[in-house]
Amino acid sequence: MLRLTSSRLGSLLAGRPTAALTFSIKGRAASQQSHEVSEALDMSRPMYYDRVDMPLPDKPYKDVLSEAEQKLKQKEKGPWSQLTNEEKVALYRLKFCQSYSEMKAPSAEWKTVLGGVLFFLGFTGLVVWWQRIYVYPPRPRTLEDDWKAMQLQRMLDMRINPVEGLSAKWDYDKGQWK
Amino acid sequence: MSLQKPMMRGLLAKRLRFHLPIAFGVALAVALSYKFGVTEPRKRAYANFYKQYDAVKEFNAMREAGVFESVRPSGK
Repeated sequence: MLRLTSSRLGSLLAGRPTAALTFSIKGRAASQQSHEVSEALDMSRPMYYDRVDMPLPDKPYKDVLSEAEQKLKQKEKGPWSQLTNEEKVALYRLKFCQSYSEMKAPSAEWKTVLGGVLFFLGFTGLVVWWQRIYVYPPRPRTLEDDWKAMQLQRMLDMRINPVEGLSAKWDYDKGQWK
Repeated sequence: MSLQKPMMRGLLAKRLRFHLPIAFGVALAVALSYKFGVTEPRKRAYANFYKQYDAVKEFNAMREAGVFESVRPSGK
């Protein structure tokens, strides 16, 4: 049961665009079974992140380089005009996981959010309807039409707001609204 | 392939030069429109109301309607 919820949490976190943390919550729970290697993230060391507001991460994306990549890094130490365009892109991809346009690329998440909001609004409407039938107390006497008419007549008799408001709009000579 | 050096300084000053007069203008416009749209008509409405106001007549009308506790409607 714990394994199921934690793996669902793991996939939820992986979708968040703010920080590409490769949390392995699965690993921690699985270590109880001692089948898989648990890789806990050491947060005390410099980490890589893709963030729009902090452009230069603490460490490059790939630290363990293959032979070809190490050769490329050696070539990078020389004049850059000798690098081909493909090599420049490869060096970029060694250092960074996502480019800015990839980070900022719009997702379709808003459709899910809007759908969820409207769904729950609808559900709340059903709940309120049920409450209207089974929970609400009887309607107060003061909201009946005859009571409201008597209330309005009393307000006009008392000359409520005679300058700009209620009684100003009532024609007392003719007994009707102006 | 050399790009132009971007603006490094004076960014806030540039923004303020543009937005501050607008802000003051909008605030002034809101204040003036409230004064001439709301308060002046209200003052005129009150002045006109009290020019034609007969307190005794209004009192008697209210008395006949029966809203007072200190005086009952006159028997007429």
